[in-house]
Amino acid sequence: MTLAAVLTPLPVLIPTLGAATSLFAGRKPRLQRLIALGSLSVVVVVCAVLLYLADRDGTLALQVGGWGPTEAGLGPLGITLVVDRLSALMLLVSSIVLLAVVFYAIGQGIRDGDERQPVSIFLPTYLVLSAGVCTAFLAGDLFNLFVGFEVLLAASFVLLTIGASKDRVRAGISYVMVSMVSSLVFLFGIALVYATTGTLNMAEVAVRLEDVSSGTRSALFAVLLVAFGIKAAVFPLSAWLPDSYPTAPAPVTAVFAGLLTKVGVYAIIRAHSLLFPDGGLDPLLLVAALLTMLVGILGAIAQSDIKRLLSFTLVSHIGYMVFGIALSSELGMAGAIYYVAHHIVVQTTLFLVVGLIERQAGASTLQRLGGLAAASPILAFVFVVPALNLGGIPPFSGFIGKVALLEAGAQNGSTLAWVLVGGGVVTSLLTLYVIVRVWTKAFWRSREDAPEGHLSAAAPAALLDDSEDVEFLDRDDVGRMPVGMLLPTGALIAVGLSMTLLAGPFFSYSERAAEEVLDPGQYISAVLGR
Amino acid sequence: MTSHLVPLIMIGGLTSTGVYLLLERNLTRMLLGLLLISNAINLLILTMGGSSGNPPIRGRTSDGQTNTADPLAQGMILTAIVITMGVAAFVLAMTYRTYRLTTEEEVGDDPEDAKVSEIAAKDAVAIEADRPQPDRARDTDEPDELDALPGHEGSR
Repeated sequence: MTLAAVLTPLPVLIPTLGAATSLFAGRKPRLQRLIALGSLSVVVVVCAVLLYLADRDGTLALQVGGWGPTEAGLGPLGITLVVDRLSALMLLVSSIVLLAVVFYAIGQGIRDGDERQPVSIFLPTYLVLSAGVCTAFLAGDLFNLFVGFEVLLAASFVLLTIGASKDRVRAGISYVMVSMVSSLVFLFGIALVYATTGTLNMAEVAVRLEDVSSGTRSALFAVLLVAFGIKAAVFPLSAWLPDSYPTAPAPVTAVFAGLLTKVGVYAIIRAHSLLFPDGGLDPLLLVAALLTMLVGILGAIAQSDIKRLLSFTLVSHIGYMVFGIALSSELGMAGAIYYVAHHIVVQTTLFLVVGLIERQAGASTLQRLGGLAAASPILAFVFVVPALNLGGIPPFSGFIGKVALLEAGAQNGSTLAWVLVGGGVVTSLLTLYVIVRVWTKAFWRSREDAPEGHLSAAAPAALLDDSEDVEFLDRDDVGRMPVGMLLPTGALIAVGLSMTLLAGPFFSYSERAAEEVLDPGQYISAVLGR
Repeated sequence: MTSHLVPLIMIGGLTSTGVYLLLERNLTRMLLGLLLISNAINLLILTMGGSSGNPPIRGRTSDGQTNTADPLAQGMILTAIVITMGVAAFVLAMTYRTYRLTTEEEVGDDPEDAKVSEIAAKDAVAIEADRPQPDRARDTDEPDELDALPGHEGSR
């Protein structure tokens, strides 16, 4: 067995085993934390090695249990796990984010949590979520992708409604219902693909779909696109996201915002380039991308709660990725891949910073915030760097990704692509406007000027949100920011900055990944061995 | 592949009923809708697995049919059933929790969303209130600052 064959299943196995053992260690929070941190750290190392191997050797396919292709013309019988440059990059970035967020959650729990916290289920569920995300990125057949989605969704249901307060149950219900509908649509698509091709292995489906008439192919693609579009929060299907994410605890929102929508984007990339290379829905996707960008950012302008505002920018920036995918050119795909990696890191960092703001200032709404720059210059720094990065200010990675996407749009040259380029620029400017609005209101003006500045939450909340509103001046001193929360936030900012410093090698990696993704032959020959 | 009309009609009926129920605000009905749609899709997968009556074991004959029944379709249905059951249990738990907290089992509106639209309505009123109103009594034929207002150009 090669090194790659040993490493490929580990990103799924390690968190799953970690979840099982940490569930048994429910009464020993310290041991539980150790297991969670340890297993996710190992996953980061494994994913880094996988990235190196995938970049060196090309697409790696593992037939789990040795149930590979048995006879000529027959696909693999068992589950296939595939690592190519795209999935290796997704795995590495996700595992880094997962590790940083669990570190943050633990730091928060140690400092602000108490015996009432549901610690005993938080970390195991979080590890199950990690396993689900990794399964989705590794899956080589559609049904396994579905199972990966279900694993991460089931875990996310629990994390979103943790503590089961009134707000969270309300948000949880709409989230569960929408997610289940998207899963059912996905399952519907799977049934149709199975009926058409008689297989679900993605490589084999890709081969057999070549003989299917283009109308049928477009229909199948459309069904899958609706399913993935709901998960990725592409415009007409995005309304659930700002409704449900903001009520969850800060680390949970951070990891959801960073990863869950990107799993949907990853699935769209796979469906678009591997299964349906000429699906004929590119103009539709471009229009959806434009509307996602504009509607999302216009929604963000209207918000006063920073968490909701960031959820809307999250929706808006999904549009950039869909834009890159729908151009179906190498530069567009490279830009989309770079942008996905950048956005995972930046969006997670921003939500973690909002968690810090909420802890220090007792509120996350602009109605109550003010004077943070004077109160805590460190907080101002950790906010402004990822915020400008999101807005796409030149030295940062957001700028590099957007330039690549706009260049790809210009290269395409069609009227629709130019409209998208314009929409992208407008969205970028409006993002900057939104960021500046948060900055001037929460950081620059004094707290007395805020309409409800005299109110704040009584105590910093960790996982539960049951604290009452009190007068800001009567609030207990929360002390300095805990190192356990500041450190992972700083580390993610450093990762975001490294995407700028190492932009050359990083972008050329994205280009190689895009080249590989747009050439389904490599994937097919790696899986089917022909 | 031959598909039979009866299962297809059943699938359509189940799906449409499910969608209708899912669009309600009542949680129990939404759950029932979810279950109906998932059953419809399971039935669809089963129909995709080939005609009925085939023997489950390779190389056997049953009712004169010799094609092996498709085990993959049944495997997928089993997985889907388990997943739906787990989620249904979770939804029931949440329904109960909602009932305990609010004594009703309906999906509420997002309060933050309502607040934002309220602000929007208030802002519109504020802008309206800030707009200077022309004073008819002071309105003369002489040019004055009111003439610059939209709708009062050259007010005579």
